[in-house]
Amino acid sequence: MWNELRHLIRKEFLLEWKQRYALSGLLLYVVTTIFVCYLSFKKVVDVPTWNALFWIILLFASVNAVAKSFMQESRHRNLYYYTVADPKLVIGAKLIYNTLLLLSLALLHLAIFSLLIGNPVQDMTLFLIALFLGVFGLASVMTLISAIASKAGANSTLMAILGFPVLMPLLLTSIRLSKNAADGLVVASNQQFIIVLLALNIAISALAIILFPYLWRE
Amino acid sequence: MQFPHLQSYYFHTFGENKVDIFLANFMKSLWWKLGSIALLFYTVIAGFLLPVPALPILHESIRNLYFHVPMWFGMIIILTASLVGSLQYLANQNEKHDMLASEAAKTGMLFGALGLATGMCWARYTWGAWWVNDAKLNGAAISMLTYMAYLVLRNSIDEDHKRAKIAAVYNIFAYVMMLVFIMVLPRMTDSLHPGNGGNPGFGKYDLDNNMRMVFYPAIIGWTLLGVWILQLRIRLKKINSHLETNQ
Repeated sequence: MWNELRHLIRKEFLLEWKQRYALSGLLLYVVTTIFVCYLSFKKVVDVPTWNALFWIILLFASVNAVAKSFMQESRHRNLYYYTVADPKLVIGAKLIYNTLLLLSLALLHLAIFSLLIGNPVQDMTLFLIALFLGVFGLASVMTLISAIASKAGANSTLMAILGFPVLMPLLLTSIRLSKNAADGLVVASNQQFIIVLLALNIAISALAIILFPYLWRE
Repeated sequence: MQFPHLQSYYFHTFGENKVDIFLANFMKSLWWKLGSIALLFYTVIAGFLLPVPALPILHESIRNLYFHVPMWFGMIIILTASLVGSLQYLANQNEKHDMLASEAAKTGMLFGALGLATGMCWARYTWGAWWVNDAKLNGAAISMLTYMAYLVLRNSIDEDHKRAKIAAVYNIFAYVMMLVFIMVLPRMTDSLHPGNGGNPGFGKYDLDNNMRMVFYPAIIGWTLLGVWILQLRIRLKKINSHLETNQ
């Protein structure tokens, strides 16, 4: 099982490396969006605004990043995977790969965002925890939604209207937690947010793994 | 009966064992419908005439409890029926369960819209604004958006079987997220909404026995009305699909 999972994850990396234009397009998307914000905002001093801007850019970048995960391969090749691999492992590999992809994207985003727009975060550890938990949830939700949208015509509008409402609980909790981190509030008041985020992440990835086998065969 | 093939319909939904046949016969009976009408008449008459506690700010607007809160109870119960339909569809791919899921989602949205409307009117006279930025209100609005997305998803797929399966998967996912949004998150933040600010539910009103005597019948009455609407919708859909296939 682990061997199969390892091969599936390796396949995702190889596929990304073969289509480097998608990766570079994604990086360019983040940099361009931040630069547009930089030119229109200059410095953002207000912490809630800074935080909201950070997460909104991350949200749109990650929708673009994950949207292709079920659309880039042809139906025939998917059919081939289905005959050789367990559907739970297929979605598991995609979850892990997308989490890693979004996490590196988010860290890069944080670096460039801090450089151009400024970084008022006082408690960096907590902010990174919020970022990791939020990004993991984003990746899981968008992976399942991308599987659903790819079966239903696969346009990005559908992806957004299906994904954004179900993302809201996760996104709002992450935004609250990272705002607390930026304000440097004591950890005791943040525990409940971390617990809710952890529980949400577990529920979302469990649902994705349970529901995907029903989706994969047409 | 003009549509003899419909007679077997409920037995298909419920299965063949004794409990299911009893349930199927009960759903066809008149009694719960008459009960719903009686309870709703009682709710409207007693709800506007019986005394209510004189609380500051709320005053007589507290009577909205009999109309606004049962809408959310009804919505959650009917959307749970939709969830059950989706789960059953994934288990045995029977078209009838997909029908239950989609029609229950539409009926649940009707209740949600009415809940929003009654809440907004109440908020206008109590808080002074139609809409405020509050965890409970936003949760309700987002769950409406989720179910609208569910309907858009259904419309975007042509093939019946494929549509039913994909929509069922989204419905299950959406239901869990909706529960988190309207049950868990509002309890973590302060809210203007009655019953919030630490204590979930509506314990403050429960203390008053007069209100309890109207409130519980109101919940049962409105929910039964929702089930009735759902039953009619499913029958209509059934007739339409029968007419389409037999043209």
